Formats: sequence, C-alpha cells, structure tokens
Amino acid sequence: MDKLKQLAKELLSNNQVQIIVGYEEGTVGKARPAFISSPDQADTLIYDERCIHNLAVYLTQHKLPGNTKIAVIASFPVMKSIITLASEKQLDENFIKVIGISKDNNIIEFKDFADIERYINQQDLSFTPEEQALIDKIDAMSMEERWEYWQNEFSRCFKCYACRSACPMCYCTLCITDFNQPQWVSVPSHKLGNFEWHINRAMHLAGRCIGCDECSRACPLDLPINLLTKKLSMDIQKQFGYSAGQSLTEPYALSTYKPDDKETFIR
Amino acid sequence: MATENYKLLKKESLPALFDKLTASGKTIYAPVKNGEKTEFDVVTKYSNDINDEYIQTVQSLKGTVFPKVEKLFDYKSDKTDTSIQEPDFSKFPQNVLWGLHPCDAAAFRPLDATFRWDYDDKYFLTRMKLTTVVGLSCSKHDDYCFCTSVDISPASSDGSDIMLTKNKAGDYLVEIVTEKGQEVYDMAKELFGEISDDKESYITDVPKKFDLNELNKNLDGSFEAPYWLAQSMRCIGCGACAYVCPTCTCFDLQDEGAANKGSRIKCWDSCGFGHFTLHTSGHNPRETQSQRWRQRILHKFSYMPDRIKVFGCMGCGRCSRACPVDMNISENLIKIMEEPKNE
Repeated sequence: MDKLKQLAKELLSNNQVQIIVGYEEGTVGKARPAFISSPDQADTLIYDERCIHNLAVYLTQHKLPGNTKIAVIASFPVMKSIITLASEKQLDENFIKVIGISKDNNIIEFKDFADIERYINQQDLSFTPEEQALIDKIDAMSMEERWEYWQNEFSRCFKCYACRSACPMCYCTLCITDFNQPQWVSVPSHKLGNFEWHINRAMHLAGRCIGCDECSRACPLDLPINLLTKKLSMDIQKQFGYSAGQSLTEPYALSTYKPDDKETFIR
Repeated sequence: MATENYKLLKKESLPALFDKLTASGKTIYAPVKNGEKTEFDVVTKYSNDINDEYIQTVQSLKGTVFPKVEKLFDYKSDKTDTSIQEPDFSKFPQNVLWGLHPCDAAAFRPLDATFRWDYDDKYFLTRMKLTTVVGLSCSKHDDYCFCTSVDISPASSDGSDIMLTKNKAGDYLVEIVTEKGQEVYDMAKELFGEISDDKESYITDVPKKFDLNELNKNLDGSFEAPYWLAQSMRCIGCGACAYVCPTCTCFDLQDEGAANKGSRIKCWDSCGFGHFTLHTSGHNPRETQSQRWRQRILHKFSYMPDRIKVFGCMGCGRCSRACPVDMNISENLIKIMEEPKNE
C-alpha cells in the first residue's frame, strides 16, 4: 500500500484535501479508522482485510470545520454508502475526494461521484450465496418460530445504539428514538422498547441499507440485526427493482410515486 | 510469595454447594461457556459449562444491582387523590454472584459510593445488601486487562465476600472475607477442608501500564488539552463502552403509561450520547464528541476520586474490547500522560 501513502502525501502537501479518513494499525491486532492531517502522518495509513469499518459514517458527522476538504479511503461498501448519501443530498461533491480500493486491492482515483456510480454498476451486485443462506434460514421458520427467535435476540439488547452510530445511513440529527415530544419510541430497553427500536431502525433503513453489516459488527452483544435490513433490501429489490448505493439519481423506492405504478390501488 | 492457610473447596464439592445455595433461596449467577464466549447467566446447578478460566465477559454483573430497566413505582391519580405503589423490597432476589474477577468485585465500591453519595438509593442498596460476591482470582489475562494500573491485583479480595483461587489440582483455595461470606461457609461447612498453599503462585501477571495517582495529577488542568479532540475523532458516539462498564452509573427516568396511571422507570443512559446533556433551552454544554470523551475520562479518573474517594475504572478492559472503533482506554490514558496539555 505504498501507493496509497504516496497519494495521501501528495493530496495533503498540495492542499487538495486537509484530512484523509483511512485506517491505521490499532491495538491488540485490530485495524481502526484514522484521521490523517499532515503528510508525515501518512505513513501510518494501512489497508488490509482487517479494514472493515464503513468510513462513510464520518462524512456526515460534522466533526470537521466547515469547508474542510476530505479524502476518504473507500472499500466497495463505502463507495455504495457514498452514492446513497449523495442521492439523499447529504454530501457535497466539491468537498469529498474518494480514493477507491478495488476488491483486488488496486487504488482507484475517482474523478467525481458519477465516476463511482459507473464503477459500482460494473461490479457484481447480487447478494452472495452466504447472505442468501442467512436470510433463507430465517425465511424457513414458521411465524411462531420467527417471533420466538427475534424475541430472544431483542431481549438481550441494552440500547447502546452502536448499530445506529456505526451506520452511515443513520445520519438524522434527531433520531426518532431520541424524540420525546411526542415520545414515539419507548426509551427503556425492555421488551416493548427493544422491539420498537429495532423495528423502527429496520423500517427507516428499508431499501436504504447497502448491506455492509456494520450494525451487527458494531453490536457488542452480536445481535444479528443486519439480517433485518438485508431482508428488507431483498424485498424492495424484488418489489420495486430498487437497490441502494447504485444510482445517484433514481429516487428512493419508498418515497416515490410513479403514475405508471404496477399496483392499481395507488393510481 | 508466602504460604498461608486457606479453606479448601474441592471441585467435586461444587455441585453440592450449588444445590445448597439454590435450596436456600439464592439465585446464582455464574460465568457460563457458550461457544467461544463466556457470559454470566443464572444457573440452578453446577455444571461443566461453568468456566473458571475465562478472561472476561462482554457484560459485567452491574445489572444485578443496577438493572438496565428497573420499575421504581406505579402511580395512580384520581383528580386530587394520587397514590404511589413501591415494589416489595423484601421480595428482591438474594443473589450469589459466582466467579467474578477481582476487577468486577472491586467495581461494587464505586457503584455503592455513587448510589449513596447525596441520596441513599434504596433500590440499589437493597439489592447490594442481598448480594453475596464470590470472587475468583485470574489465571489468565489478555492485552486489554490493566487492573494492576488501577491498583487492583488479579488476586485481590477487595469487594468479594468469598475469594476463590484455583490451584493446580483444579480445587479452590478459599478466603472468607466478610460476614456474608461466613454465612455461606457456615451453611455448607462440611464441604470445606483446610490447606496450606501460596495463592500468588496460581495468578497471572498483569503488566502495569501506568501509575494511577500520576494520571490523576496529570489530569489537573487538562480541560482544554488538545488531545481530547485528537483521541475522539474516530469515536462514533455510541454507548457500548458505558453499557459494558461495571462502574458507569448514568441513568434516565422515564414515565410510562398515562397521566392518571403508569410507572416510573429507571433505565441505563450514557454520557457519550449527544442528547445526554441537551437542555430544554436547546443549549447543549457537551455539544461535541470530544467534550463527551473528556467527560468520560475526567469523571472516572478525576471527579470520582475527588468527590467520592474512589476511582471509576477497574481495568477490566471491557470498553476497549467492545468499542466498534478501537477506542482503547488504557492506550489513551498512557497518551494523556505523555502528551502536552497545552498547544
């Protein structure tokens, strides 16, 4: 990854960007997100199979002063997140440079977001057999079994909201669960509160989830909540032909009305 | 290193002891193996799934004395007549917390000091009074452990009512530390023997990473230090660290139900959340994640020792293991001591 370090140094030295969001060596053998602001720090950048955090989450957190130009190291899920965020008008292209990394670890310097969109659509976008198998396992359960399964899983939740914090698509400044006038979602992490939170989270991400699995990876209790949003993505793809992270212009399936909708009730 | 006299609890006596505890109405929490992981769970009998060689669980047993959700009372209001129904404190469970490591046993001190600081929290204090802590010395540790840096030893009996150390034969050297411990011993005297041994020889050696008092002094005048922002850049602002922490005590009060009938509930909260300090006026004194990260560190290592004479970190390393973005607390504490406070 010497080329990545070199590129980072160039971008910072000629002030094309002021911050690079990438990865560095963490503690106890982990990799972790890093913020590089000077060329001499660029040597700490790494990229390998441990670099799995979805860095797009940092693009909407407003931690950096306004007018800061950011470069972000983008694995495939990060690219898809950026396209979704851009399609939802959350990112200003003039302030974000995307340094893509292909599946075979080559650096791709994207000119603009449209360039990322083109690249994404050249890749295999189908769900992997492993993803499909996880969903099939839940689908094969009876209603009662499924209810039992999710009750068990949700009962363990203590509402630390790591799933929300780690998700690039959860960028609301006031999340529905923090809204208290009126109180939409029950706050305590009891049975009702946990069900309300996880169903809300899943529904708000329905078809917006790009499938990076960061939510369940961030969960300290290993709740398989990524399956909920993944299943909804599959359903929405099937019903509306819409998949998140693939188009800058196609409007989001669940907030769009088309006069030629195939369903007659809505016309 | 010295040979001392201990009570001896043989491995084969454990089923009988657990049966006695259960029969006497105790609820036993023990570290139970589940695949690769070990977590505390309620058990009624001893089984081979109980793991006495685990390093650390994801969650502590804080929830047994400070539940993640706890109903404080039911209320009823009929125009002018308002009544409150508190729970029956005599029905609170008598818990035996089996096999906690010294960091977790010591964690009850700051919890206790917090919940009786300016007000006696009778929910916590009742639960604590009914709790017997059976500590277990550590035979293993990992790179996240740093108990020795916060002045706790992997063999310390502080906070335990009974202290166990596993010897080479797989039996336990037993220290009866408190009266509560004595009660359990008296209940099952016939299961215990006597032995002379050196418990220190079975203990893992946790390297000391920093000096606690030096850190505490170093934090004076650190409020405006540049490192808070630098360290917290990658923090995503979730509450994982606080919720796995055995000493974090932030809570929220929620009324559920209607105006004339409902319940008041105490539930976990975290100072790491953006809205934790949001005022009704709209002003937020801890508006940024760096301010919230600073609060986390200063609360545990400066405000708590100043106000309630006990540090708020036991070196269990749970927060660092659980953090989705590797905010490793001991790494950051060491950096705080190395880096300048002023730009």
